[in-house]
Amino acid sequence: TSATVSGPALSLRVVAECGLSKARACELWLPHGPVLSPVFMPVGTQGTMKGITARQLEGLGCRICLGNTYHLGMRPGPELIKQANGLHGFMNWQQNLLTDSGGFQMVSLVELSEVTEEGVRFRSPYDGEEILLTPEKSIEIQNALGSDIMMQLDDVVSSTLTGPRVEEAMYRSIRWLDRCIAANSRPDKQNLFAIIQGGLDPALRTKCLEEMMQRDVPGFAIGGLSGGEAKDHFWRVVTLSTDRLPREKPRYLMGVGYATDLVVCVALGCDMFDCVFPTRTARFGSALVPWGSLPVKNKQFAKDFRPIDENCDCPTCHRYSRAFLHALFRSETAAMHLLTVHNIAYQLNLMRSIRESIVEQRFLQFVRDFMRTMYSGQERYPLWAVEALASVNITLE
Amino acid sequence: MKLSLSRVVSGCRLGTLTNLGKNGVQTMELPGCLLYTKTGSPPHLTHDTLQAIEGVPAVVQLTLSTLVELHEVLEEYKAGIGKFIGMPESVLYCSLHDSSTPCPPGYNSNKTVSIWGYGGRMEMTASKFMSMQRALQPDWLQCLSDGDTISGETSRKRAKKSVDRSLSFLDECLQLQEKSPELQGSMMVGVIEGGDVLEERLRSARETAKRPVGGFLLDGFQGQAMAKETKLKLMASVTAELPEDKPRLIHGIGKPDEVLECIERGVDVFESFFPYQVTERGCALSFSYDYNPDPEAAVLEQNGIQDAGKNGIEKDINETSKADPEITSFEIFLKEKRYRDDFGPLVHGCTCYCCQNHSRAYVHHLLVTNELLASVLLMMHNFQHYFSFFHSIRDALRDDRLDQLKELIFRQAL
Repeated sequence: TSATVSGPALSLRVVAECGLSKARACELWLPHGPVLSPVFMPVGTQGTMKGITARQLEGLGCRICLGNTYHLGMRPGPELIKQANGLHGFMNWQQNLLTDSGGFQMVSLVELSEVTEEGVRFRSPYDGEEILLTPEKSIEIQNALGSDIMMQLDDVVSSTLTGPRVEEAMYRSIRWLDRCIAANSRPDKQNLFAIIQGGLDPALRTKCLEEMMQRDVPGFAIGGLSGGEAKDHFWRVVTLSTDRLPREKPRYLMGVGYATDLVVCVALGCDMFDCVFPTRTARFGSALVPWGSLPVKNKQFAKDFRPIDENCDCPTCHRYSRAFLHALFRSETAAMHLLTVHNIAYQLNLMRSIRESIVEQRFLQFVRDFMRTMYSGQERYPLWAVEALASVNITLE
Repeated sequence: MKLSLSRVVSGCRLGTLTNLGKNGVQTMELPGCLLYTKTGSPPHLTHDTLQAIEGVPAVVQLTLSTLVELHEVLEEYKAGIGKFIGMPESVLYCSLHDSSTPCPPGYNSNKTVSIWGYGGRMEMTASKFMSMQRALQPDWLQCLSDGDTISGETSRKRAKKSVDRSLSFLDECLQLQEKSPELQGSMMVGVIEGGDVLEERLRSARETAKRPVGGFLLDGFQGQAMAKETKLKLMASVTAELPEDKPRLIHGIGKPDEVLECIERGVDVFESFFPYQVTERGCALSFSYDYNPDPEAAVLEQNGIQDAGKNGIEKDINETSKADPEITSFEIFLKEKRYRDDFGPLVHGCTCYCCQNHSRAYVHHLLVTNELLASVLLMMHNFQHYFSFFHSIRDALRDDRLDQLKELIFRQAL
């Protein structure tokens, strides 16, 4: 199939589709190069992927990662980053960058934030100054950052919240989308994605989809999830969204990064994912493996001379044992970096395997193998995952 | 192991150590430094980031203090510390202590030496010490020794004790080594003690030299207790007693000017904890060792010297981050506000990964936001800068330009 140009700075080619489920493998063409999807995007909050260098990250096969508008907008600020030739220049990352709008951080990180139609008002934790983040301001900062994909400023509410606030936030997000589109001074170089809101209410979600899909944006994100809501509700919102979103535009499910969630949501038709979990859990001493996670900083690994995963070809597993990582973790930052490398490799390898299975028309078998390895016993399969997969014709034995 | 001297210039020995390591194929240029590690890893670095550094020394320094808790683990592992830490090909030297964390005084006895691991103080007898070494299987090992003469006033009696005890430990450890199959390929480094007492220093040197050691460590010259004059005179007296064909190591000396002083007095091998300390205080080594600059480079170098010279002098009222009082004139403190929008490399002309890929502004940002990458990038730069400095020393000795290098370095020592 040929690629569909979704905007001056993005085109998508659907390379393969799973015959059974909604899974698809695509090529996403962005200003800083092609990205193969389904894709997991590691989060490099403050213009750095924590302890690993840009070269290491690129070496692991990463072609797109995240920066945070809120953090970078505070420090070092958009003016300085503009001087440095954008975030790409500042952190010397020549692959793609996606920046969020700053909305989520402001609400989740900062006390006493107040949302009005104008924007989000809050107090900076660094100098106590009062700041108003409007859709226009968010886009202005993101234009300075120069990210390949920018997210609209949305009115974010907790996914466990119910009542009229949810509806208000959904409609406001639509209005803010329009303001963001108007404010984008670089549509030829930077893609602005809409973020579907509406809480867990199908009617609100549907309304939001209807409206936002009338706007000319190159891609859509499913937002407002991954916040502690029941998984049972979570997947139904995801699948409702992918049923309606256009085939030829990328679907970005925000905040999802656990392996099982990734597999299921690919089956439900999502293309892009981000999550702090893999890199964060690495810094807390946990290594991700196909059958769960290994807390290498725990005593039980002191004399375990095997690599984290014998089948992993990442630089960490190539050279170091669990026992050494355990010993190192007590006092050396290098341990965190080694685990970060492994966990990113794990996530990227997982997505690559998923993609290959879709391309080779064996996604069904892949999912079955994946679940069996992860849960060692069908009684242990999470019910929500079983149901979600079944809804797209993937039955586990 | 073989030491070949190609020349001796003003007391400085230029040469090569060959036939090093388990395979006997590694070499080390002298004067040179070791790769500093903690718990067997260069600080903040993985194998990949270490590989990106130019001029990494062939010999890696391990410290017993950071490895002592792994005794049981290594006994079960059996294959030795090199393989355990992912450096199976490297030449490994195990010292007692870590020079970046000085030991509290007063904890050694006639039969024991205390080392401070992460879990606290551990008393090592010769027997326990050698048991640990059997599990580590290093290529070189510093013999158990009593170097507790560096804090405050050391009496003659205490200086004499340090020599007596260390010789006793040496004899006992050599005996134990003979009976240890795991350590047949390992080289014992004899430790010269004696505090600031010339007689004791000479006795220690002569007696240690009588034993079958492969090299010598000039211990007890760390710290500020000894006056510089005394220190340097003693060093020269000690090395005069030592055979020419065995390497002379020193611990705790890291500043470029002090390194040169020691080399002039016959020392060959140094540690590289100094670039680590520079990294920990958010600084980048910026001193010039280019005694042959072209005119353009000379201007840039002069600017670099001016940068370092101005450390902390700018009184910025808003400056919330203070430079470490230990900061030297050989480095720049990247957290200073003036680097916030400085898009040049840490050091002009530096070919390290950080300088080739990132700016002062970026490293400044990483420091201000407390990001882990700051230490990674600074460590890469600081190690490479330091290793290049030693390279320039060897070049200067080869080219008969030692005086120019000395003048350049001492000019920057303020």
